[in-house]
Amino acid sequence: MAERSFAKEVEQLRLPAGSEFRGEGILAVTKALLQSGVGYVAGYQGSPISHLMDVLADAKEILDELGVHFEASASEATAAATLAASVMYPIRGAVTWKSTVGTNVASDALANLASGGVTGGALVIIGEDYGEGSSIMQERSHAFAMKSQMWLLDPRPNLESIVKAVEDGFELSEASNTPVMLEMRIRSCHVHGRFITRENCRPAFSLAEALENPRRDTNRIVLPPASFAHEHEKVRDRWPAAVQFIRERKLNEFFDGDDTHADLGLILQGGLYNGVVRALQLLGLADAFGNSRIPLYVMNVTYPVIDDEVLAFCKDKRAVLLLEEGQPDYIEQNLNTILRRAGVTTALCGKDVLPMAGEYTTQVMRDGIEAFLTTHAPRALESSAAVPAQAPAAVPITFHPKVRDLAAVVPPRPAGFCTGCPERPIFAAMKLAQADLGEHHISCDIGCHLFSILPPFNLGATTMGYGLGAASSSAFNVKSGKRSISVMGDGGFWHNGLTSGIANAVFNKNDGVIVIVDNFYSSATGGQDIPSSRADNPNRATKHPIEAAIRGAGVKWVRTIDRTYDVARLRDTLEEALTTSTDGPKVIIAQSECMLNKQRRVRPLFNKAVKAGERVVKERFGVDPDVCSGDHACIRLSGCPSLSVKDSGDPLKEDPVANVDNSCVGCGNCGEVAEAAVLCPSFYRADIIHNPTAADRIKARVRGAVIGWLQRRRAARLARHAL
Amino acid sequence: MSQVTLHSGTPIKIAILAMGGQGGGVLADWIVEMAEAGGWWAQTTSVPGVAQRTGATIYYVELLPEAAAHAAGRPPVLAMMPTPGDVDLVVAAELMEAGRAMQRGLVTPERTTLIASTHRSYAVAEKAAPGNGIADPNKVLDAGREAARRLLCFDLQQMAERAGSVISASLFGAIAGAGVLPFARDAFEATIRHGGVGVEASLKAFALGFDAAAQAPAAPARIDTSRPLPDVPASAAHPRVQVLLDTVKQFPQATQPLLVAGVRRLIDYQDVAYAEDYLRTLQGFRTLDAQAGGDARDWALTQAAARYVAVAMSYDDMIRVADLKTRGSRFERVRSEVGAKSDQLVYTTEFMHPRLEEICGTLPLRLGRWLENSKTFGGFIRRRVEHGRRVKTGTLTWFVGLYCIAGLRRIRRGTLRHAIETAHIDDWLARTTRIVATDYALAVEVLACRRLIKGYSGTHDRGDRRFARLMQAADELLGQPEAAATLKSLRDAALADEEGKALDAQLAQLLRAPATPPAGGRARIDTPRVAA
Repeated sequence: MAERSFAKEVEQLRLPAGSEFRGEGILAVTKALLQSGVGYVAGYQGSPISHLMDVLADAKEILDELGVHFEASASEATAAATLAASVMYPIRGAVTWKSTVGTNVASDALANLASGGVTGGALVIIGEDYGEGSSIMQERSHAFAMKSQMWLLDPRPNLESIVKAVEDGFELSEASNTPVMLEMRIRSCHVHGRFITRENCRPAFSLAEALENPRRDTNRIVLPPASFAHEHEKVRDRWPAAVQFIRERKLNEFFDGDDTHADLGLILQGGLYNGVVRALQLLGLADAFGNSRIPLYVMNVTYPVIDDEVLAFCKDKRAVLLLEEGQPDYIEQNLNTILRRAGVTTALCGKDVLPMAGEYTTQVMRDGIEAFLTTHAPRALESSAAVPAQAPAAVPITFHPKVRDLAAVVPPRPAGFCTGCPERPIFAAMKLAQADLGEHHISCDIGCHLFSILPPFNLGATTMGYGLGAASSSAFNVKSGKRSISVMGDGGFWHNGLTSGIANAVFNKNDGVIVIVDNFYSSATGGQDIPSSRADNPNRATKHPIEAAIRGAGVKWVRTIDRTYDVARLRDTLEEALTTSTDGPKVIIAQSECMLNKQRRVRPLFNKAVKAGERVVKERFGVDPDVCSGDHACIRLSGCPSLSVKDSGDPLKEDPVANVDNSCVGCGNCGEVAEAAVLCPSFYRADIIHNPTAADRIKARVRGAVIGWLQRRRAARLARHAL
Repeated sequence: MSQVTLHSGTPIKIAILAMGGQGGGVLADWIVEMAEAGGWWAQTTSVPGVAQRTGATIYYVELLPEAAAHAAGRPPVLAMMPTPGDVDLVVAAELMEAGRAMQRGLVTPERTTLIASTHRSYAVAEKAAPGNGIADPNKVLDAGREAARRLLCFDLQQMAERAGSVISASLFGAIAGAGVLPFARDAFEATIRHGGVGVEASLKAFALGFDAAAQAPAAPARIDTSRPLPDVPASAAHPRVQVLLDTVKQFPQATQPLLVAGVRRLIDYQDVAYAEDYLRTLQGFRTLDAQAGGDARDWALTQAAARYVAVAMSYDDMIRVADLKTRGSRFERVRSEVGAKSDQLVYTTEFMHPRLEEICGTLPLRLGRWLENSKTFGGFIRRRVEHGRRVKTGTLTWFVGLYCIAGLRRIRRGTLRHAIETAHIDDWLARTTRIVATDYALAVEVLACRRLIKGYSGTHDRGDRRFARLMQAADELLGQPEAAATLKSLRDAALADEEGKALDAQLAQLLRAPATPPAGGRARIDTPRVAA
């Protein structure tokens, strides 16, 4: 079960033909898949395409009605390999993941798929995690399209264009026997917009039909001599077929400008279109509806580049500017080759006026276009004065001294562990273990647990990829006074960590310590189920314990800690693992449910019980401000959003004291840490008994009578001497 | 010659800066829904990603009348991200996020209305500082007054809480109240109603936000960050306390509020006699101060002594903790803090970790010292007593136990800990006295160094060590120019980080003295040791 329920969105998937769909970009893609008669969908969750997976997971009923098979794949490699169903059979298949990371994982299968080619349309929907909001290395998926020769669609970021790209993508794939990649940028995935729907359609050829009538063709299998033939097929047959389809179906778009500016032009990736239009608008050269004085050539297909279209656009132009986000400048190099080969002398600008690296924000593109026009058509900028100006201030306000001073006060606010996160105590324990045994080399993994590298924990040296925490400690397999520590999440474990990390460590007799964070979900991507999830999921087999898997892989030293909040026990177990004389990998499985998901699950049940008059106890933590010393050692071992500071209210106590706010979920980390690290007695846990029973009330009355009497006695003394 | 017709129609551009989990997405969706219902074309984008986990993030909305799209004959092309200098409305769901918006250039004096909630959600860097790491909120307001066309600042978080709702509702109200969007109040409220979840509370929060914005002054007032000192009361009920008060009133005016705070603290901590001791010590300082020309220095020495001697005398021990934990006022405070209703029962569990030093410290001097050195006793305590204890203060056994420990107050002055603390204080005050004759300002700084000593066990121990190093530094600095400023900067460095790296660096630089490496030569959490 994912973090967010998509019951409402799923209903949109049923919209009849001709109605208006309003919603997120990635949901529009989901609808478009059904409109295209997709036969199966698979993928691996991850921002920004998690919602596609989550919606389909919640749309079981409608998928069944249409005869569409949906799978939550074990990894992107699995998802890519799933497309094998479209090699021999005319079945449309789509897979999705976060890119480039997912494409890296998938590339073995993708390369094989692209070599042999496909019969049914094969669409790879990649969430291009690039620019602001990205959580991964900044690279382009473009390279994968080029190296394996898959076609890359980068549609204009409005729902209509995106939906059309999905439908076109399948047809293009079939017309050229080539898998097609559809690139969705982060903001396009999350953009709210509208499009007019078409009817969903059942796949023309079903998976069952394929199973019952199996087909094979050795020429489609990647093995010599077929593999040599494939390469020639790609350039001889599939490429020209794709070019023809793209031209005939006008997948790329030309927008005319003023005659006076006919000798200029902008060439852009479709995904940048809205930003380019806004940039032109800010220069007074376009309106809010995409009418531009400068002609535009919009590449909704960024690979392959259509030579004839480029030449046709550049012909009779003095200069064109290419807007290509990211590096290397593959398209620019390609265009230069095309122009030179054809002997066209049009000046091509690109990364000379635009930055080579980094996100192309509106401002960056505005500046680039301005620089281009200043050189090649200064009059174009002059004429813009006639347009109602909405140009930004000449001197940006960021240079104002008071705004500049903000650098000293505005703190960085990176993402971090949520309130009550069960991973926090793991790293508190690790910090305490290091206090006892010295600092160790710590290899991190991908997942929420990577927040350990940030303050207040500051733990971890490297992260090499999803599930590769243990693998990245492989080299440290030498005799030494200290062992390496590796961290791996349950998501990464099932993705590949079981083999790449655990089995590898067993096989190579690695002596290191591996901590597996088992929080019952693939949490960082939105709380999807994985094989070791504890939830009852009618569509998936869950509850496969990690411990059984690693014991099966041959690990002898395993400690399962079923409550990560037990900081002292975790610290002691870590210290044991770091010092034991047992050979081979030492694996600690630290288990507690992801608090975000737990709260979502438990809170409604709790409220229902309270309403029904049942006796229920709610726990939360607090700090006695008069006991707290204001040193904040507890915060340096926690960083919990609900554990903050406030003014002490005591004129003699200058430093702010710790304070637990109402968002506390009572996980217990504060108390356990204070106890394990021997910090201070200011923390308390308050048990709030809702709907107390008669026995509770009687007991409370007796206690209250005695305690109250003693308290009044002492208070009276203080009151007597009050100043 | 053909010419492209540029149509009129400029979108309204709105940026919402929030932290993950604050409901910035809900607010953006509300604006979109309201606009669409009102015949506008609306687009929102965001980059939530991993920022959903408490990080800072931006939601961006653009609105354009459908009529304009009809006139142009094609749907609008709206931007996917805010452009610096091209935003009409910036909404910040937390004060520092307003600062971030300005840093990004999203706020401009020509166009932008900036609505910010003044509440703070402290960043890890701010709250993890061993001293006070909280950033100055007025810097954001100062910048906002310059950068925004209109600046509206109020605590929208508190309004939301008052209404039992969340900040997205009060922010939505503030947007409506500011009158910056072309929609009537009804349209806003209808949107909330249409959402169907927590409608009543949301509408209440909306109304509070609306009123605050509608009645907002042209420029928001500064946020008061001063720490008020107590007033000097006219009289006290108890004759002995009245004498204390009379004594306080003989002190220079500037020192009286702190003296009142000190006397109050020490009566609360021990008894009237203890407060009398305190005032006697302070009278000594006052005389010293007068001789050193304190008159012209606003009695800085006496002021510092009034504060830090009181703090030093009320050291944290088991007796104090037991006393504070068992008070009736504390029981009431916990109830209100957790928001317990009258029909609910509340029990607290304390996390205590008594150690040998604390147990011995609470015993009479000789007994305590003997037991502390006894291997048998020490071993027994370490094995049997010295581990985490979950103390249920609301149950009779535990309460009476704690109550009795609090009652040891009567023998406190004879305990081992008291002897240790007193010796420590005497040494510190003697140093101050010695220094004041030569360097008044340095003496004041020596007193202020007491701020480093706080907390329990490892924390206390670490502070104690740093304090000792600063005292040594003070001795070495005596006679040098700028000695006081140097000691102050050393003290700031000592409070900058847990490991003491800043202090080591400064000491090495300023005194050319070799920095003492922390035990073990690495960053560590100090092992427990009693103050010595």
